[in-house]
Amino acid sequence: MRRFSWFNTVSLTLGFAFLYLPMVLLVFYSFNESRLVTVWAGFSTKWYGELLRDQAFLDAAWVTVKVAVFSSTLATILGTMAAYVLVRAGRFHGRTLFSGMIYAPLVMPEVITGLSLLLLFIGLNLDRGVFTIVLAHTTFAMCYVSVVVSSRLTTFDRSLEEAALDLGCSPFEAFRLVTLPIIAPAVISGWLLAFTLSLDDLVIASFTTGPSATTLPIKIFSAVRLGVSPQINALSTIMIAIVTIGVITASIVSKRAAVAQRRDEQAAIRAE
Amino acid sequence: MRRFTLIAIPYLWLLALFLVPFLIVLKISLSDIALARPPYMPQLDPAAGWEGLKSFFSELDFENFAFLTTDDLYWKAYLSSLKIALVSTFLTLLVGYPVAYAMARAPEEWRPTLLMLVILPFWTSFLIRVYSWMGILSNEGVLNQLLMWLGIIDTPLQIMNTTTAVYIGVVYTYLPFMILPIYSALEKLDGSLLEAAEDLGCSRLEAFWLVTWPLSRNGIIAGCFLVFIPTIGEFVIPSLLGGSDTLMIGKVLWEEFFSNRDWPVASAVAVVLLLILIIPIVLFQRNEQKQREAEG
Amino acid sequence: MAQTAFAPWTDPDQKPIIEFRNVTKSFGDFTAIHDLSLNIFEREFFALLGPSGCGKTTMMRMLAGFETATSGHIFLSGKDIGHVPPNQRPVNMMFQSYALFPHLSIWDNIAFGLKRESKDKAFIGDRVEEMLRLTRLTKFAKRKPHQISGGQRQRVALARSLAKAPKLLLLDEPLGALDKKLREQTQFELMDIQEKTGTTFVIVTHDQEEAMTVASRIAVMDEGNLVQVATPAEIYEAPNSVYVADFIGDVNIIEGRATQPGLKTGIAWAEGQPPILATPAKSVEAGQSVHFAIRPEKVTIDVEKPDRPNTFRGKVIDIAYLGNISTYHVELAGGQMIKAQMVNARRLANRPITWEDEVWVGFTDTAGVVLEE
Repeated sequence: MRRFSWFNTVSLTLGFAFLYLPMVLLVFYSFNESRLVTVWAGFSTKWYGELLRDQAFLDAAWVTVKVAVFSSTLATILGTMAAYVLVRAGRFHGRTLFSGMIYAPLVMPEVITGLSLLLLFIGLNLDRGVFTIVLAHTTFAMCYVSVVVSSRLTTFDRSLEEAALDLGCSPFEAFRLVTLPIIAPAVISGWLLAFTLSLDDLVIASFTTGPSATTLPIKIFSAVRLGVSPQINALSTIMIAIVTIGVITASIVSKRAAVAQRRDEQAAIRAE
Repeated sequence: MRRFTLIAIPYLWLLALFLVPFLIVLKISLSDIALARPPYMPQLDPAAGWEGLKSFFSELDFENFAFLTTDDLYWKAYLSSLKIALVSTFLTLLVGYPVAYAMARAPEEWRPTLLMLVILPFWTSFLIRVYSWMGILSNEGVLNQLLMWLGIIDTPLQIMNTTTAVYIGVVYTYLPFMILPIYSALEKLDGSLLEAAEDLGCSRLEAFWLVTWPLSRNGIIAGCFLVFIPTIGEFVIPSLLGGSDTLMIGKVLWEEFFSNRDWPVASAVAVVLLLILIIPIVLFQRNEQKQREAEG
Repeated sequence: MAQTAFAPWTDPDQKPIIEFRNVTKSFGDFTAIHDLSLNIFEREFFALLGPSGCGKTTMMRMLAGFETATSGHIFLSGKDIGHVPPNQRPVNMMFQSYALFPHLSIWDNIAFGLKRESKDKAFIGDRVEEMLRLTRLTKFAKRKPHQISGGQRQRVALARSLAKAPKLLLLDEPLGALDKKLREQTQFELMDIQEKTGTTFVIVTHDQEEAMTVASRIAVMDEGNLVQVATPAEIYEAPNSVYVADFIGDVNIIEGRATQPGLKTGIAWAEGQPPILATPAKSVEAGQSVHFAIRPEKVTIDVEKPDRPNTFRGKVIDIAYLGNISTYHVELAGGQMIKAQMVNARRLANRPITWEDEVWVGFTDTAGVVLEE
């Protein structure tokens, strides 16, 4: 069995310390009594209380979740369609432009995406707010979803779909009964990715929002522009905790499933 | 018919919300600033028909682009964005490679956990990850307190609001993008290759230079582009960690738009930024393509 | 017990269940099937045999409805099915990869096709149970595909494709993923099931032994053309071309010229050697260039000159001992190599022929076939 060499141990320790120490400190100082973030004045949860009493923050959180749910759901539907088109539709007029439009937003600087969408919304005279942010987030998130889903689709055994057709499914039934259940994990991770991207986004939301809707990142950004704020520390801690619990749960579940699958397969081989 | 609908829906969505907006940016970059709503000239007047279209086009010009070359703020900002992106990409590689290498060499049962630990920060808010450094780097921050307590310095170092802080921020936030492609290249590397190299007379270090490094090259290139490309247009990191002397084009564009309300110039800045980005993006795509072909 | 042999293709009154009529299929510049016509009859176990890329899979995919013929017609029970989509054809297919739905249990996999056309739960249940019994899978009904062995998966795929009682079952290399022993056993199971269900089977394979074992008739294909369509025995004993003779089993091919016209001829094959006496199936012309093909097991090898129509002197170059039989590589005068097979009825030590021995090879005048080019 391979063991850690000293060099690798040092690399990993330093690397992960670098990745995690700032967040650990953030969590640590969120329980600081003092407003001065760097002076430890005893344990307290008062900043959490203050955060939860701050209506502006709660409103922003609600707007953010609303935007994220709508945009990631829409992006998942559109992105899955786009992935299907990329992998399965064969040749059609404008295919190159289509795949270009799928990949370009992934590398487009957010400031440009935000600016261009804002100019469009102004040109169309749309009332800017939750609706326009949802449109903007859907557009860039659907590209991420389609990349995730299409990479799953390319390894998908096509004869499964053919078997479904052969057994009497219409093409849509084949998609609903066979393809979708099998690629579901990729679609779900696409949705989660889209959801996270939307929760995270500051730049595009700043461009495309109006006075009526402030998202959490916009609120955080304006709060921390001038320096560290204990309330934001508390908020960050909550967000980090949610993500950590989510990711760890997901990885335990998928690891269990993988172990069970391997065990079943080995049992099947032995039974032969 | 079904196939047509399936293609049409995402296609039209992207045309309307990606391509058209970009064409609008292009058009406005050729217009002039005006004290009106919206604040630029000319406006296309559909009622005026063909004549309107002609006069509309005759009033478009490259004035804004000429302006970008006269005011040295802009080209300095472009250059400094490129420089910051280049330096921080190099620093990220320096930090990321040993980590990726150690992960790929770790015992097999450890690797999924290590991989999860690298990906985890990616799911947490980018803004918060940048923000977390503000408390560390400020004058009375954790780092300065620690250094003074250790007696290494007497007066706090000014790191916050400098370009150094921007470097740290970029390396920190983009590190997973560097580690992941290098790790996946190194993980595929067959251990018997190194044994073969050693069997043929290489020392450990020579085996690394002659086998491991060249075989991880694709991962390195991919990782570098994944850090370099988004860093050029970065806005959050320079505005939170950078100082007044940290010029980055994403920030300039933002201020041009929100503070100066000069939409035509902001649009011209965006167009030029995109032109600059096309080169690394095309190179990146080529590298990916080559890798896909190599893998069959 | 008198039983008439199953041979509907010899009966001019029989209507074929499948008819390919001048079918051509091209993919861009590449023509996969050239103007091909073929009849397949009800209850046949028909094998499409050929190397990869010969067009056999394309034929099968056209029958299933996944490809459309570029020109020509395909009839199923007299009906042109050219533009019937796969989900509306009374044809089912067993895929090479089995294509079992990984998210469904064995039971649900088998019920999948039935559920598409019938709402009657009791009927579906009965039919699935019947299929499970037929393929001896009853115990595994609740398992998922990854929880059973390769051989069991193969049987699930078969049960699933038979569940809808299709008029025609297509099998795409159905045994390719199994190891040799399991494959042989499964071949007989397949034949058994085909007989029980009375379904017409069309199998695609590149394994000539498999085709010989299971099929009532074999179509040997090469580069989009049918080379020969005949029963396994005919294909083996009377191949119509060097390609077929060479593709099926082991064969000696000797080039020469016919010495006499008609249905009895000699074949001049080497300077200063007596001609090979042979019986062509079709009349040949004198001087015509021909190939003489003879199976190794029809060639005898003796120390003394035997009393046979064809005898030639040669030297043993190589002996391949295969246990039940041995193959001798004998060099005839003029350098022509010929393989002769002998059953090892005696123990090794008792056999008189060994390397470098001068021997006689012999065969009758009807043992080989004369092939025109």
